[in-house]
Amino acid sequence: MSAPNNSYDPVEVTPLSPDEVARMRDDALAAIAAAADLEQLKAARLAHAGDRSPLALANREIGALPPAARAEAGKRVGGARRDIGEALKRRQAELEEERDARVLVEEAVDVTLPTRRSTPGGRHPVTTVAERMADIFVAMGFDVAEGPEVEAEWFNFDALNFLPDHPARTMQDTFFVEGPSGGDSRMVLRTHTSPVQVRALVERELPVYVVAPGTTYRTDELDATHTPVFHQLEGLVVDEGITMGHLRGAIDAFVDGMFGSGLRTRFRPSYFPFTEPSAEVDMECFVCRGASVGDPANPCRTCSSEGWIELGGCGIVNPRVLTAAGVDTARYSGWAFGLGVERSLMFANGVADMHDMVEGDVRFTAAFGMEI
Amino acid sequence: MRVPVSWLKEYTDLPEGTTARELAARLIALGLEVETVEAVGADITGPIYVGRVLEIEELTGFKKPIRYCRVDVGAANGTGQPQNIICGARNFAEGDLVVVALPGSELPGGFAIGARKTYGRVSEGMICSASELALWEDHAGIIVLPEGSAAPGDDAYALLGLREDVLDIAVTPDRGYALSVRGVAREAAAAYGTAFRDPADIAVEGTPGGGYPASVADPAVCDRYVLRGVSGFDPEAPTPLWMKRRLALTGVRSISLAVDITNYVLMELGQPLHAWDRDAVRGPIEVRLARAGEQLETLDHVKRTLDPDDIVIADESGPINVAGVMGGLATEIGLGSTNVLIEAAHFAETHIARASRRHQLSSESSRRFERGVDSALQVAAATRAVRLLAELGGGAVDPGYTHIDTTAPRAAIAIAADHPGRVAGVDYPRERVAERLAQVGCAVEADGDTLRVVPPTWRPDLTDPNDLAEEVIRLEGYAGIPSIAPRARAGHGLTPAQRLRRTVGRKLAATGFAEVMAYPFVGVRDFDTLQVPADDPRRTALKLANPLNDDEPLLRTTLLPGLLKALVRNVGRGFGDLALYEIGPVFLPRPGASGRAPMPAVDRGPTAEELAELEAALPEQPRRVAAVMAGHRDLPGWWGAGRAATWADAVETAREVARLANTELTVRAAQYAPWHPGRCAALFVADGEGGERLVGHAGELHPRVVAAHGLPERTVAVELDLDAVGAAGAPVRAPAVSGYPVALQDVALVVADSVPAADVERALREGAGELLEDVRLFDVYTGAQVGEGRRSLAYALRFRAADRTLKTEEITAARDAAVAAAAERTGAVLRG
Repeated sequence: MSAPNNSYDPVEVTPLSPDEVARMRDDALAAIAAAADLEQLKAARLAHAGDRSPLALANREIGALPPAARAEAGKRVGGARRDIGEALKRRQAELEEERDARVLVEEAVDVTLPTRRSTPGGRHPVTTVAERMADIFVAMGFDVAEGPEVEAEWFNFDALNFLPDHPARTMQDTFFVEGPSGGDSRMVLRTHTSPVQVRALVERELPVYVVAPGTTYRTDELDATHTPVFHQLEGLVVDEGITMGHLRGAIDAFVDGMFGSGLRTRFRPSYFPFTEPSAEVDMECFVCRGASVGDPANPCRTCSSEGWIELGGCGIVNPRVLTAAGVDTARYSGWAFGLGVERSLMFANGVADMHDMVEGDVRFTAAFGMEI
Repeated sequence: MRVPVSWLKEYTDLPEGTTARELAARLIALGLEVETVEAVGADITGPIYVGRVLEIEELTGFKKPIRYCRVDVGAANGTGQPQNIICGARNFAEGDLVVVALPGSELPGGFAIGARKTYGRVSEGMICSASELALWEDHAGIIVLPEGSAAPGDDAYALLGLREDVLDIAVTPDRGYALSVRGVAREAAAAYGTAFRDPADIAVEGTPGGGYPASVADPAVCDRYVLRGVSGFDPEAPTPLWMKRRLALTGVRSISLAVDITNYVLMELGQPLHAWDRDAVRGPIEVRLARAGEQLETLDHVKRTLDPDDIVIADESGPINVAGVMGGLATEIGLGSTNVLIEAAHFAETHIARASRRHQLSSESSRRFERGVDSALQVAAATRAVRLLAELGGGAVDPGYTHIDTTAPRAAIAIAADHPGRVAGVDYPRERVAERLAQVGCAVEADGDTLRVVPPTWRPDLTDPNDLAEEVIRLEGYAGIPSIAPRARAGHGLTPAQRLRRTVGRKLAATGFAEVMAYPFVGVRDFDTLQVPADDPRRTALKLANPLNDDEPLLRTTLLPGLLKALVRNVGRGFGDLALYEIGPVFLPRPGASGRAPMPAVDRGPTAEELAELEAALPEQPRRVAAVMAGHRDLPGWWGAGRAATWADAVETAREVARLANTELTVRAAQYAPWHPGRCAALFVADGEGGERLVGHAGELHPRVVAAHGLPERTVAVELDLDAVGAAGAPVRAPAVSGYPVALQDVALVVADSVPAADVERALREGAGELLEDVRLFDVYTGAQVGEGRRSLAYALRFRAADRTLKTEEITAARDAAVAAAAERTGAVLRG
């Protein structure tokens, strides 16, 4: 580096002459523009903007100028370096964009290739539909009650007012558990979820608002519409001042939640030992809403053009059941219902053959996924 | 119960133009479940008339004798000239009245009648048999109408009732009275508000006494017993066509006039009757319980040993009937019976129900007695029967009859007048309630706000206030019941166990498992194929007394048989990569349980003791989760090879389940069927008292089990007690999440093959102390470098403090302590 020289003519210092600075700048801009890729731009940056670039070297000479000339020379060199810096930045951005465009295109894949790496899983639709049915009542403030599948006859029959020799008891096609040395065990595979009514009343504080989804058994051979192992959802309310109107309101709320708004329901008198009065409950077909009745040209597969779909049985809890469960019948009354889970699946989801429900074919279960 | 509408209409006048469908809808609304409305004979159309056979020409030279008949059909054919008709039947003669289907008519089964050439002649129609007209089954020949019953040219439709609407009603067990035309007609009258003419309301000729000698030994089994006789009956008298037709429509086969009449009255009134050949009965009749060892050959030719609980009708020879169920063969009415004795009785429901079950004999009689027969009906029914016998069979009704009556008047039921309204949620006026009860036959007496109601004799089902409420509500109409929106209340939501079951199901399904719901029925063979040892407690299973399949009488003690069968089924259907699960109970008899559940009283709540006894008798029924995997766990594809399911997937599935329950499993090697003895893990949870509880097993199945089931090789399985795992779960306490830097240290330890990795890891954790955040085994190496019978386990240790950046010395010290603990407890040597 030259020593400071106050009388030195700046024009005499060649690298700082306006022409020379302009030349160096132009050389740099040309090299930057000529850089075809990021590698070349990197070289151009080193050559023209690096510590050893001509302008950087020229910059060092500023100190050798007389003070009066330094400001102008500094401005000149600084301006050139700024121009170069900006050109580098621009070119860097351009080249990066070009590179990205090229490389990302090269990295493109066929996103339609199959991606499944595990077997398709699913929950059984009986599980998920039973949960959905129960959840509608849970949302109304009901609890979910449970009971055993091998059940004492007392819970399954006697406490439910099935008298020992009454035909209603034999009509249930019961699986009996063999007792000691082939005798009578007084235990059965529960024929309905109704014993949970008695259990709930015995185990819980009143009032009781529960639903009980569960597996039930009857000695039917498996065919397209029957299975010896099936599922029900039991509902039970015992409180003060309960009427059939409350039962109907709960059923209506269920139909509304499960099948859609505005569907009518209908009660038909029936008989169950554990409810009195008893009713079969139907709901308006949620597919044709009755339009298929008497219109053979437009049959409805869901309701067989009946206009109504059978939901299940219900009624006012027989006070004898309350008595057997130790509930004060002078103060409390209640309602109960039992709905078929498989039935619901058959008409709501078009399950045509009960075999599919019991065989465990992965195609059937997987089709229903996680929720229904 | 099949009810011909024309029969029903004899007892009430339905509004003009009422269709059978409308009637059915009304009856359904009242609680009679009309399953079908059958338009019998709707497929019979066209000209069918009465004809008289004028002349028969016997044609020969065919395989069977053929008749060419000239038949006068009056003006029915439009010409008045006789029709020429070929007929193959031979049970008629010139001059007989027959039924003729003229050309243009169509008979059941789409059988079109035309004039056609046959047997060398032109046949202008057909002379019909009962079967061809679908009247009743009769292959004896064509119908010959009784002389005087019709004239040639009469319309056969009206005469024979060719078309008839029949209601098929599934009668609920409480409504025994509806197992009769009488009972259904009463309901129809109530439905339309029309008058009911009771067919049982008949004048009874003769006086009680002087009938066949009889006694009832035990009034508790029979509180009314009536015998009535007919003498000089013609056993060959035919059953009139109208009766045959009605019986056929109700589904009863015609047998003989006497038997047909008992069936007819049964259908009409609902009273089971029995007809004996009076001359075959020896001495006085006694109604009593059977004596031990007594036998009787019943009408179905089965020799039955009677039970001391059976009610029998006995004469001097011993039992002649199983009362209310079936008659004896020896006293059966036959072709030579000219003196007939009719029995009408009211037997105890429960005895008949038990006898019917015991003898596996369900008859029209037993079905009605079980459900309750009108206890005041017997004299009328017997009278109706003998009158028909005399009228149609030409005998004389015996003047005297036997009537033993020990029935007691029914007690009144006291019911608050507003009770039906409070049950329904509807405000019924008091008079309306009384009126409705009277309509079903009750005697109603108002006493302030209370009604004193005596139900009719045909309604033994009406015993409680709610029974009466139902009568009022159904007659008022269930349609009038309001819909009261449920009152919101504070529920508790699902229990932790219920939530866990859902979470586990979702987790498994989301990771590729398909849920199976297998039947819980298994057999000894299932335990054999699972290689379960002879003394294994799993073989102690509950047995069904009446299994569907004799090979599978047991209730499962493990979920695996059902899952493995589903697996095999899926493999058979062409699927190789499979993952299945099931969540459900197993049934484990409690050791020392009596095997017999108590039967507490039902007129009060069970005591705590009684409840405990009930529970103690029942088996344990823990809910389990089980899963099986075969083939690839990670599928192969364009990305490369897949990964086969291994024992480790089974164990990890168990661990996942435990994590969902906020608990952790301790895994130890075990030997337990049906698993591979070297690839089976026993799974434990902490029992909360410092100990452990075995909750299941996981691993690869034993090759012999795989072979016995025909499973894919290396099938793996896991079974866990989900209730127990759930119970072990503890509420989560928030961890202290440190923001200080982590320090990573890898160590490779050489241990003997026999040392479980879990032991090494536990030693490392305990040795490292609280600075250790996590330890992960990232490599297992065996080979020459570590020597025979040894392996190298490489662990990544993560250290971090809650409150500071760890210093190098601290990290080294903690790592050294971890290694030292592993060395001390497992003989591990730090690999150089």
